[in-house]
Amino acid sequence: MNFDFSDEQKQMRDAARKFLTEKCPPKAVREVLDGKATYDKALWTGLAEMGFLGVAIPEEFGGAGAGHLELCVIAEEMGRALAPVPFASTVYLAAEALLLAGSDAQKQKWLPKIASGEAIGTLALFEGKGNPSPQAIKLSASGGTLNGVKKPVPDGAIADFAIVAARTGSTGRDADISLFLVDLKAGGVEVRSLTNIDPTHGQAELTFKNCKAEPLGAAGDGWSILTQVLDRAAVLVAFEQVGGSDRALEMGRDYALDRIAFGRPIGSFQAVKHILADMYVSATLARSNCYYGAWALSTNASELPEAAAAARISATQAFQHCSKNNIQVHGGMGFTWEFDCHMYYRRANATAVTLGSLSYWEDQLIDRMRKKNAA
Amino acid sequence: MNFDDTPQEAAFRAEAKAWIAANAPKQYEDELRKSSLGRTALRDANILEVAKVWQKKKADAGWACLHWPKEYGGRGSSPIERVIWQQEEGPFGKLSGIFIIGHGMCGPTMMAFAGEAEKKKYLPPLASGEKVWCQLFSEPAGGSDVAGLRTRAEKKGDDWIINGQKIWTSGAHYSDYGILLTRTDPNVAKHKGLTMFFLDMKSPGVDIRPIKQASGQSDFNEVYFTDVKIPDSQRLGAVNDGWNVSLTTLMNERMSIGAGVSTGFPELFDFCNSLMLDDGPAIEDRNVRSRLANYAVKASGLKYTSMRAISALSKGDRPGPENSIGKLVAGSMVQEVAMYALDLQGAAGALSGPEDAEIAGKFQAMLLRAPGTRVEGGTDEIMRNIIAERVLGLPGDIRVDKDVPFNKIPTNGRA
Repeated sequence: MNFDFSDEQKQMRDAARKFLTEKCPPKAVREVLDGKATYDKALWTGLAEMGFLGVAIPEEFGGAGAGHLELCVIAEEMGRALAPVPFASTVYLAAEALLLAGSDAQKQKWLPKIASGEAIGTLALFEGKGNPSPQAIKLSASGGTLNGVKKPVPDGAIADFAIVAARTGSTGRDADISLFLVDLKAGGVEVRSLTNIDPTHGQAELTFKNCKAEPLGAAGDGWSILTQVLDRAAVLVAFEQVGGSDRALEMGRDYALDRIAFGRPIGSFQAVKHILADMYVSATLARSNCYYGAWALSTNASELPEAAAAARISATQAFQHCSKNNIQVHGGMGFTWEFDCHMYYRRANATAVTLGSLSYWEDQLIDRMRKKNAA
Repeated sequence: MNFDDTPQEAAFRAEAKAWIAANAPKQYEDELRKSSLGRTALRDANILEVAKVWQKKKADAGWACLHWPKEYGGRGSSPIERVIWQQEEGPFGKLSGIFIIGHGMCGPTMMAFAGEAEKKKYLPPLASGEKVWCQLFSEPAGGSDVAGLRTRAEKKGDDWIINGQKIWTSGAHYSDYGILLTRTDPNVAKHKGLTMFFLDMKSPGVDIRPIKQASGQSDFNEVYFTDVKIPDSQRLGAVNDGWNVSLTTLMNERMSIGAGVSTGFPELFDFCNSLMLDDGPAIEDRNVRSRLANYAVKASGLKYTSMRAISALSKGDRPGPENSIGKLVAGSMVQEVAMYALDLQGAAGALSGPEDAEIAGKFQAMLLRAPGTRVEGGTDEIMRNIIAERVLGLPGDIRVDKDVPFNKIPTNGRA
């Protein structure tokens, strides 16, 4: 049994950490947090040069053709550094959808541009509050044109193209949903930036008015493709969440060692130690669930739906738990804008809902476990 | 990343599987499979006897204490082979419960500190289950603070004379031998005046009294020592070096991975799959699903944490500290699971008789046994201290008794 990343994959993780420590310090994250930039363009270019944007994209489409285990270790580092770039929307959502359902021409057009950093992509799924469901998709498609409103769309204001979930039927079945690919620079889409709890990752409203669109995948296959894309993205985002959890735990630990109160480091008080021990526990459980998700993702195992839901739930819980208690360990300083704690708290709570909420994934997990049990 | 055996591991697994299929006491398989925390007795047989027969059979064929050297009754296996064996032994592994302390803690301590003649004499029958061992550390005045123990050992000629009391000794009532931590010098700081011995539990002056636990069962004992004589040849380690010897014992406890800890989740998931609530199947209820999902990811998190540790073993590495979370997570989870299972049963959840209670009172038994799991082998709080200090590197608590001679430390009034 070798339920671990290989030495080469660990080296890639080290390289990513070294690169991000240098190119993406908290100061760089704050440029976007404070609204001085919509995303870190220099970092985005650097990630392309490092080969990280196309690490799981096959060589024939301009990528490195390494694989999803490699992408997982990079995702962990992106989360750890709170990288303020459209990595998740472009690489986990748009690229995965193209790889799963794109025509050869679509892949040839967009995947090399993703790998080279020339194109930012996203997935336009949600229409207001609520979780992923075919019934919630009202945006309509007919005759190759789209009409309707999507929000929130991650990185929608800076994206060059979007995969759009649209209604093409009204039978009440999953087959009513189809996917489309829209070049957002070609006109027909109004874009409005939305204020959100984590300004380091933008959100937008996209209004489609008789917008020209090309189908992605077969008509009626949209929901089935979306489900797969969300599962794959769930594992990858979970690795970002685990990276963030670990960093929040380290920040809390370091502060507890450094901060003196009542004449001793606060980390010598059991009340503080036990908070940190519980953070370690949740981060460790999440990491182990994520490793299983990584295995299922990289091997396209039939266990992926269940593994993805478990990784998603566990990592969401861990990041929320670690980021809120990191603030608690810091006391008053943790509640200042100046300290970085709130950036992790913001990211944790934004990523907790961006792919659908905790309760949605809990429901999915039990459904999937029941199916396996019945089989 | 994969879950595959190496060719060598696969060959070992096949051999183990075949031997178990041909030799295990199949008549108890179903009952053992269904047993859970607080409910591990066999209906028509004495589990102690069944366990001893199975252990002896394993020992005769070379399948006992796999990681021990052959000359002491083991197989000389690698740590990963031991894990593979445990996986293949499956429900029959539950029969090893009474040997865990002897094989996991007493044996390794003997191996590290006993003389060669003693090792040759005592270890093989310990491995084969013919002799059961217990561990006598905890005392009324020293539980979490085990170095605060008071049982005295005083040298008299070539012997030591023991007086005092131990408590929470698992299985003392069916044990043949025990390892015993005593105080030999009360005039120095508490960690510096301890000495370890092993002794025959049938020695004159040893009085074993079962404790009736809060669960109503009696798995543990109080053990009283009145002028019990132990020859100096049964001392383990140097005089007053008992604390270091005990650390070896406890470290081996941490290495005993792969056996798995009970979370109660598989039982709860099965229960919810068949339970009907007033308005439909429990498994379709939103609240039930949410609770189940939360328990599911904890259980799978522990499972895959253990897989990571096994992978480290497979590569010849020592497992990392992440394995220390198992008992902490599972202990409080099994308690919550039991409480939730009762809640789902409504007023009938209070019933515990096998005829009237849901699934023969399994969750009621689990509930009543659960508080013990959060205390035994290190309380939840001690486990958190261990994680905070040894894994995260936080400073130890300020110890007001650290450099004080043991007999000057304030107490609850006893001498």
